[in-house]
Amino acid sequence: MDTIQGILNGMMREALSPQTAAVAIAVIGLNIHFGFTGLLNMGQAGFMLLGAYGMAISVWHGLPFAVGILFGLAAALVFALVLGVPTLKLRGDYLAIVTISAAEILRYVSRSSLLSDFTGAAQGIPGSQYAHPFQNLSFFGKGQFTLLPFNYLDVADGAAWVRIVGWLLLIGLITALVFVLRGRAGLSGNGRILAAIALGVVGVLLLFFLFPVPNQATGVNGWWVRFVAWALVAVCTFVVFLLVRSPWGRLLRGVREDEDAIRSLGKNVFSIKMQALIIGGLFGAIGGMIYVLPTSTQPDSMGRSLTFFCYTALLIGGAATIFGPVLGAVIFYAARIGIKYTAAAYIPDSIMNNQQTEQFSYIVVGVALMLIVIFRPQGILGNKRELRFDV
Amino acid sequence: MSEHTITPTGMADPAVRRDLVTRFDANPGASKPDPILVVDNIVRQFGGMTAVDVGHLEVQRGIITALIGPNGAGKTTFFNLITGFDRPTSAKQGAHWAFDGRTLDKTSASSVAQAGMVRTFQLTKALSRMTVIDNMMLGAQNQAGENLLKSVFRPAWRAQERDIEAKADELLDRFKLLEKKHDYAGSLSGGQRKLLEMARALMSDPKMIMLDEPMAGVNPALTQSLLGHIQSLRDEGMTVLFVEHDMHVVRHISDWVAVMAEGRLVAEGSADTVMSNPAVIDAYLGAHHDTDLGDDALLSDEALEEIAEEVAAEEAERQAEEEAEGLK
Amino acid sequence: MGRGAAGLIVALLFAPLLVMFTASTASAVDTLCLPGPDKACIAGTLRTEDGVLPDVTITITDEAGQAQEVTTSDTGKWNIQVEDEGTYVVKIDETTLPKDLVVDTGQVTVKAKFGATIPALLTIRTENYSASTSKFDELLQSTVNGLRLGLLLALASVGLSLIYGTTGLSNFAHAEQVTLGGMLGYFLINVHGLGLLVGGILVVLLCAFTGYFQDRVLWQPLRRRGLGLSQMMIVTIGLSLALQYVYQYLVGAGTVRVLQENPSVSEFGPITITNQSLAAMGISVVVLALVGYALLRTRVGRATRAVSDNPALASASGIDTDKVIRLVWTVAMGLAGLSGLLYALVVNGVKWDSGLQILLLLFAAVTLGGLGTAFGALVGALIIGLVVEVSPVVGMPGDFKYATALLILILLLLVRPQGLLGKPQRVG
Repeated sequence: MDTIQGILNGMMREALSPQTAAVAIAVIGLNIHFGFTGLLNMGQAGFMLLGAYGMAISVWHGLPFAVGILFGLAAALVFALVLGVPTLKLRGDYLAIVTISAAEILRYVSRSSLLSDFTGAAQGIPGSQYAHPFQNLSFFGKGQFTLLPFNYLDVADGAAWVRIVGWLLLIGLITALVFVLRGRAGLSGNGRILAAIALGVVGVLLLFFLFPVPNQATGVNGWWVRFVAWALVAVCTFVVFLLVRSPWGRLLRGVREDEDAIRSLGKNVFSIKMQALIIGGLFGAIGGMIYVLPTSTQPDSMGRSLTFFCYTALLIGGAATIFGPVLGAVIFYAARIGIKYTAAAYIPDSIMNNQQTEQFSYIVVGVALMLIVIFRPQGILGNKRELRFDV
Repeated sequence: MSEHTITPTGMADPAVRRDLVTRFDANPGASKPDPILVVDNIVRQFGGMTAVDVGHLEVQRGIITALIGPNGAGKTTFFNLITGFDRPTSAKQGAHWAFDGRTLDKTSASSVAQAGMVRTFQLTKALSRMTVIDNMMLGAQNQAGENLLKSVFRPAWRAQERDIEAKADELLDRFKLLEKKHDYAGSLSGGQRKLLEMARALMSDPKMIMLDEPMAGVNPALTQSLLGHIQSLRDEGMTVLFVEHDMHVVRHISDWVAVMAEGRLVAEGSADTVMSNPAVIDAYLGAHHDTDLGDDALLSDEALEEIAEEVAAEEAERQAEEEAEGLK
Repeated sequence: MGRGAAGLIVALLFAPLLVMFTASTASAVDTLCLPGPDKACIAGTLRTEDGVLPDVTITITDEAGQAQEVTTSDTGKWNIQVEDEGTYVVKIDETTLPKDLVVDTGQVTVKAKFGATIPALLTIRTENYSASTSKFDELLQSTVNGLRLGLLLALASVGLSLIYGTTGLSNFAHAEQVTLGGMLGYFLINVHGLGLLVGGILVVLLCAFTGYFQDRVLWQPLRRRGLGLSQMMIVTIGLSLALQYVYQYLVGAGTVRVLQENPSVSEFGPITITNQSLAAMGISVVVLALVGYALLRTRVGRATRAVSDNPALASASGIDTDKVIRLVWTVAMGLAGLSGLLYALVVNGVKWDSGLQILLLLFAAVTLGGLGTAFGALVGALIIGLVVEVSPVVGMPGDFKYATALLILILLLLVRPQGLLGKPQRVG
C-alpha cells in the first residue's frame, strides 16, 4: 500500500509541478500553430529558450523583472518574424526544417563558451540569479498564510473533516462551473464569463490547499511558483478559447484546410499565418519563463526533445481542442513518472536497474506517441468526426 | 441579393443580350463597349513550354462569357494568372491587366478577390473539416472579428457576425444547402461542394465571378440547377467568366465565347457562331480527332482520362506556382 | 492492422536490438560543480586534438596565493568551486601529463563571478601536431576531415532523400538508424568478436532488414490507411524517441567503441589521417558510386526516380510503387547503417545520441541539395561536411560549427528554396 501511495504521490507531484504547467503553456502555443493553423513548428523549444533567457539574462544583469519579461517576449516575437518571413510562403515541411534548425542554432549559441558572461554557457544561469524578484512578489508569505482553517503547509493540522468538507466544496464548485459554462445558470454574456472565471479561480485556490503534496521545490516559494504557473495556464487557456471561437480562429482553421481557398476569398494568408506563429510563440516564451523559474536556465534542457515532448502532450490531449494541451501535458508527465516508479518498485533490479527505469519510461513515451497518432489521432478530447475527412 | 451588387443593366432580357453581342467584333482580342476586365500581353512559360500567350482580351460587363478550349489550352493557367495565383513570365515585359479600371499587375490573389473578382477552383476547395456555415462565413469581407486584437472582444464583432450569418443562410437556402448548414463540408457530394464553393464566393459580393469548370464531376441532375444558378447571377447583374471544355454546356448558357488553343486566344464569337469558326474546329480536331463538338458523350472513358490528366497538370502547375512563390 | 497486433509490431520493430541485450554499462560519472549566489565555479576540459586527458593535476591559486588542486576525470573534465570572486590563476602540473605532449597554454588567469561557471581554456597538443601547423596546413587537414564527414553524411542522406522523394515523408528516425549501425557494430565486432569485414557486412544486412521490416509492418500499412504526412512524420518522431532510449537502456549513456585497439595513422605531407578513415572514405565513395550507377542505369533505379518524380504517373505506367518504396526503405536503412558503422569507426565510438547529433546535418544536406533529389543530397552532404569542419579554421568559433551549417541552410532557403539541384518549376 505504501508503494502505491508513493507512486500516486509522485504522479500527483509531477502533475502539479510548475514544469508541467510551463510545458502546458508551451503546448497551448503549439496548439495554435499545429492544431489550429496547421503550421509544423518544430522549434517550440526555441521559443521557450528565448523567453527563459530573455528574462534570466535581463534580471541577472540587474534589470527589473518586468523588463526581463518584456525582453523574453520581444525575443520570441522577433524569432517568429525572422522564421516566418522566409518560410511561411513555402511548403509546410520547410517551416519544420527551418524552425528545428533555428531552435538548435539558438541552443548552440546559448551554450557557447564565448558568451559565458552573458548566458553562463553550457552550465546556464542558476535560478538564484534571477528568481528572487519573482519570489519577492509572493503573497503566500513565509509559510504563515492561513485562510480559515487552511494553510498551505497542512490542512487544519491534518483534521480529516476539514479535508472532506474541502473536497465536497471543490466538487460543488466544479459542478457549478459546468452549469455556468453550459448556460444553465440563467446568466448570459459577460456575467457568465465572469462567474466562470471567479469559480475557476476559487476552485484552483482550494485545490492547492487540498493537496498535502510533499513540497519538493525551493522552500517557501514552492506553492507560489505553482500557483502563478497554473493561474497562467488558466489565463492562457481562456485567451485561446476566446481566440479560436472568434472569426479569427475560423480563419486559422480555414488556412489549415486550404490556403488557396482562403486566398481566393480575399484574405491575406501570409499575415494570418504570421499572426498565428507569433501568438503561439509568445505562449512558448511565457512557458519558457515558468519552466526556468523554479530551477535554472540551461540550454540543453530546452532542446529538440522538449519540442517532441510538447508534440506528444498535444497529441495525447487532442490537437485543435481547448483543454487538450493542458490535459495532455498533465497526463504526459504524470504517466511518465507513474511508469518509472512502477517499474522501479515492481521490476527487480536484475532485470531493470534504477537508471533503466528512467529510460524505460521514455521508451514507453515514444511508443505511445506512435500508437496515439496511428490509432487515436484525435487524442482524448478531439472530435473523431472532424478528422475523418482527409484533406 | 445585397446592396453591393451591380444594378441590373437589363441583361436579364435575352433580346437585349443578343442585340448587344451582335455589335461585338468577332475577332480574337476584339474590343467591347463596356469591358470589366482588360488583359494585355500575358505570357507564362513552364521550362521551355509556353502555356499561355494571350495578346489582348476584353470581357464585357454583365454577361456570361465562356472561355473554352481543348485540354492543355492553358485556360486554368490563364485563370491562375489573372487572379494572382501565378505570375506571368512576361511580368516585367509589358504584361498588364486591369479589373474594373483597377490595375492588377502586381496584386496578390487575396487583393484580387478584395477588388471584386472572385474565383472558384476546378478541383473544388471546400474546407472539408469545417462546417458548411463556417465555410460560408469565411467568404464575407471586412470582418472586424478577423482582426487579431478585436477577436477576443466578442461585442466588437457579434452584431456583424449575426448579419453575415443571415446572409449566409439566405444564400444557402438559394443553393438548397440550408439543411446541411451544420454538416461538415467533407460530407457533401461533389456537386454540393461545387454549389457550396460558388455560394461561398458570392458571400464576398463580387462584381465578377470566375468559375473554373463548374460542371466537372457534377452529376447530370445537379448540372441543370447549377446552370440555372449561373444564369440567375447574370440576370441579377453580375459578370460571369467561366472555363469549360464541354461545348454543350457552353452553347446553353453563354452569351459570348472566347476560345483558347495552345495558350493563345484563337477565336471569339457568340455561342452559335463560334462553333463553326474554322480556327475553333481546327483547335479541337487538332487536339483530339474523334470528338464530336458539343456531344454529350464526352463523358466517355477518354474524357475521364483527360480530366485525370488535367488534374495532374493542374497539380503540377500548382506546385510550380508554389515554388515560384517561394522564389519571390 | 489490428489494434492487438500493434504492440507486437512495435516489439518486433525493436527486435534487432534485443540481440544487443548483453551489453554492459560503464561510464564515469563526472562530478558537477553548481555555482550559487555566493559560489562560483571554474571548469574546463583538458584535451589534445587526439582525445581527452584524464588524471592530470591542475592547480588553482587565488589572489591571496592560496592554492587548490583538482584532477581531471575520465572524460578529461575538471571543475572547482571557489568561495570568493576575483582573479584566479589556473595552471597545469606538467609532471602529471602523459609523455609526447606539448603545452601550448599551461597557465591562464580567469575572473570568477558568483552564480556562474567560468571556463578556463588550457591548450595542449601532441608533439607531432604542434611541430608545423601553419594555417594552410590546418585548412588542408580540415578539408580532408570535411570530405570524410561529408561522405559519411552522404551515405545516410541519400537514403533520407530517396525516402522523401518516393513517399514525401521526412523521416526523423533516420538518425537512429545511423546509430543502429554503430551499435550493432559494437555488439557484433567488439562484444562478440566477429571480424571487421564479416561483422560489417552483417551490420549492413541487419540494418537493411530493419528497413524492409519497418516498411512491411509500419509504413506501408500507414500509407494504405491514408495517414497524413504530418501525422506520419510525428510517428517517425515517436519511433526516434523510443529508439534513442532503447539504445540508452541497453548500452547506457556512455560511448562504446567498435574496435578496442587504437587506430593506426598515415601521414600525407601535412595531413594526418587514420587508416580507418581512409578505408571509410574509400568504401563510401565506392558505395555512393554504385548507388548513383543503379539510379541512372538500372531499370529499378529508373523506376525509383520515376516514382520520386511523380508517383501517380509512375504507377499509371505500370511501375509497382509499393515495391519500389519497399526497396528504397531497405536500401536507405542499409546505407544509414553503413554510415553509422563507419562513423563509429572514424570518430572512435558511438553513443545513444550519436545519430541525433547529426540528424539536423542530414536534413540540412537533403534540403540544401533539393528535397527528394538523390544527387542533390550527395552534393548537400559534402558541402555540409566541409562547412562543419572548415568553418572553425577560418575563424568561426568551434562552438558554432554546427550552427554555421544550419545557418547556411536557412540562408540558402531564402534565395533558392528548391535547393541547389532541385528543379525550380515543373512543366505543367
